[in-house]
Amino acid sequence: MAEPLIELRAVTKRFPGMKALDSVDFQIFPAEIVCLAGENGSGKSTLIKIVSGVYDFDEGELLVAGKPVADFGPRAAIAAGIQVIYQDFSLFPSLTVAENLALNRLLSEGNTFIDPKRRRQLGAEALARLDVAIDLDATVGTLSTADRQIVAIARALMSETRLLIMDEPTTALTGREVDRLFSIVREIQAKGIAVLFVSHKMREMLEISERITVFRNGRKVEEGPTDEFNEARITRAMTGHDIGHERHVWAGDDTTVPRLSVRNLSVGEAVRNVNLDLHKGEIVGLSGLLGSGRTELAMALFGMEPHSGEIRLDGAPLRLSSVQDAVGAGIAYVPEDRLSEGLFMQQPIARNVIASAINRVTRGLFLDRDQLNVLAEQTVSDMRIATPDIEKHAGQLSGGNQQRVVIGRWLLTNPKVLILNGPTVGVDVGSKAEIHRRIRELAISTGLAVLMISDDAPELIQNCNRILLMHRGEIVDCMDAQSVEEDDIHGRLKGLR
Amino acid sequence: MTAVSKLLRRSEAAVLAILIVVMIVIGVINPAFWQADNLFNLLRANVVIGIMALSVLTVMISGGIDVSFPAFAVAAMYLTVIAMNAAGYQGVVLPFIGATLIGLVCGLANAFFIHTFRMIPLIVTLGSASVVRGLLLGLVGTSIINIDRMPPSLIAFGSSTVDIGGSKLSLMLFIYIGIALLMWLFLTRTMAGRAVFAYGDDAESAKRVGFNTRRTVYLVYGLAGALAGFAGLLHSSMIWLANPRDFVGYELDVIAAVVLGGASIFGGRGSVFGTILGVFMLTLIKNSLIIMHIDNTWQGVVVGCVIVIATALTAWRDRKALV
Repeated sequence: MAEPLIELRAVTKRFPGMKALDSVDFQIFPAEIVCLAGENGSGKSTLIKIVSGVYDFDEGELLVAGKPVADFGPRAAIAAGIQVIYQDFSLFPSLTVAENLALNRLLSEGNTFIDPKRRRQLGAEALARLDVAIDLDATVGTLSTADRQIVAIARALMSETRLLIMDEPTTALTGREVDRLFSIVREIQAKGIAVLFVSHKMREMLEISERITVFRNGRKVEEGPTDEFNEARITRAMTGHDIGHERHVWAGDDTTVPRLSVRNLSVGEAVRNVNLDLHKGEIVGLSGLLGSGRTELAMALFGMEPHSGEIRLDGAPLRLSSVQDAVGAGIAYVPEDRLSEGLFMQQPIARNVIASAINRVTRGLFLDRDQLNVLAEQTVSDMRIATPDIEKHAGQLSGGNQQRVVIGRWLLTNPKVLILNGPTVGVDVGSKAEIHRRIRELAISTGLAVLMISDDAPELIQNCNRILLMHRGEIVDCMDAQSVEEDDIHGRLKGLR
Repeated sequence: MTAVSKLLRRSEAAVLAILIVVMIVIGVINPAFWQADNLFNLLRANVVIGIMALSVLTVMISGGIDVSFPAFAVAAMYLTVIAMNAAGYQGVVLPFIGATLIGLVCGLANAFFIHTFRMIPLIVTLGSASVVRGLLLGLVGTSIINIDRMPPSLIAFGSSTVDIGGSKLSLMLFIYIGIALLMWLFLTRTMAGRAVFAYGDDAESAKRVGFNTRRTVYLVYGLAGALAGFAGLLHSSMIWLANPRDFVGYELDVIAAVVLGGASIFGGRGSVFGTILGVFMLTLIKNSLIIMHIDNTWQGVVVGCVIVIATALTAWRDRKALV
């Protein structure tokens, strides 16, 4: 076999109080596509940072093209042909596409002055290499996420790249965009460049990679050709135990008065004449391409978008002209972007949890601290939030735990209807299963009606009893989750153009 | 998109259009506005604020803010004039180099605190402004150096003119234009200048791309200080006196001019041409308030309104661009 492009031998990296990597051996060969799997905190990010020269390591050896390298910093990594595309792409939103593309090269050449013509030409070359058309003079901030990612990839490939590392590249992409990304990745591979993926999404890992390496608690626990893996095996390796994938069975009666009934709901042009019934204890999935109107529908049901049509809760007509109306009626909404819409990062868990149920812990004008702490502790244990205490700031929690805080907060308001928008985006497998378990439990025990908006087909199948597809503002399809398969959903989603 | 519509979308075009309208309106109200004397005075009034605005522009593009430049300007100006008087020195070049260096050192001190302790630029520059002003008045002196004690070389320099087609234009104007050209070259055509944009747009990304962000911070604040020092001495040679309590309230005027010129308060955006237009707009407004005999206490109200409206407009534009 050829010589590895880069190799780690028994590398250990310590952080105060923990081993982030524990004697890890790892190799990447030229022109192969490798996936790195692992839950948050498993050591995969640390590994990327060591390979890209951002972190030093404490023990072991790092070899580039078979030769041990001491003092492997970011510049050495770039010189060795290693490029990383971070989740945020590290682009400059106010600068043009051309400049974003050309900056690296211009910088590494040690230029003092800039020739605008050359800058534009470098940009054009970079895009031509990937065979994509993006306006060179557009400012990057105006591009779609998928286009921004392509700019980031094009930029990474401008230098003599041998290894491209991509951190969670598919998180913010729709199905079609993922396909485009994968075809670009295969083209890159055809040029002899190795690609290292880091991803939570098992289906995608299985589709694109040739080799899978699984990390758990700083150790490499499994490694092998992708065709020896399936989702269950990856999950087991990542979490150390099997995660049940039994489907949610709804035993309710759909002839009674629905918990939430929506008739002819329209939100401008985004949502058109939508009819929808949610029964007690039902979990209904809602999927569709980005821009299908699903988020607008959710926002309308939470009183955030002006709308027309009829909404009934337990048979009684409901007017939702503000968030207060929705909360008062017992509707809870967990937004897509918990960072900007859901959490107070600089505030302790306790305050985050209580934010929507503040009236349950007030005495007159004042907060009842004991009551607040009791409720917060109870939520932490109910949602199994991993934290030493309720005073820890929300910003210090992992993605999965943050999401539990947001969901836990809404459950404190004792909602009748819970709308979840992308409930497990960026959440690792273990946390995901935990969140799903809790939602199903609540639906069964309290009769909570759940509308789950998601792109994640397995998630929808496991948790919902019905799955709706939305397209161009209308609900175009309704599937029985008991009988539908993942490929079915993907197929139908791709059929919507 | 055609070249014309692209041009129109640029904020400079909007400022220019408003500027022309304002000039026409003022000209109608008061025809004296169009007299050459008034126009030359108006342009001359642009020089010092303009140079300061260029220094603040660089800071704002880098995502920071600087309110210490008036203090640095006054310190550089007063110290240099005192030193010239003490040494009996009669030259121009050396004093300006000296004033620029004083400003540079103060600016680098700002950079040190901002970079080393990751402090918020507003707090650092508020503090350094207060310290510098305090030290100047406490240790150096509080008396105004009037025309009778001002170094004659400075006065001569401040009133020198350039003859163009029979009309005499102040040399100061050409210095301003020269500095503006250099700043434009720096910001658009040098790697260090693009680093300022990149840093202001996304500091973390700038680091990852390989920019030396420490150098960028020192460069930005050092340059701001140096320009302030230079502008300070230039100001004193133009008005023939050195007042250690000068430049009070300049922070607001200058920042207003920069924002008016389309620079983003969030960093990453701004242009030399826009800033020059913003400065011209602001001096025009203040000048016409004077011509119209409006009490100068009202000028503060107007400048305050200008800064709030201009900031609101740019913030609105930036948000819209993000959606």
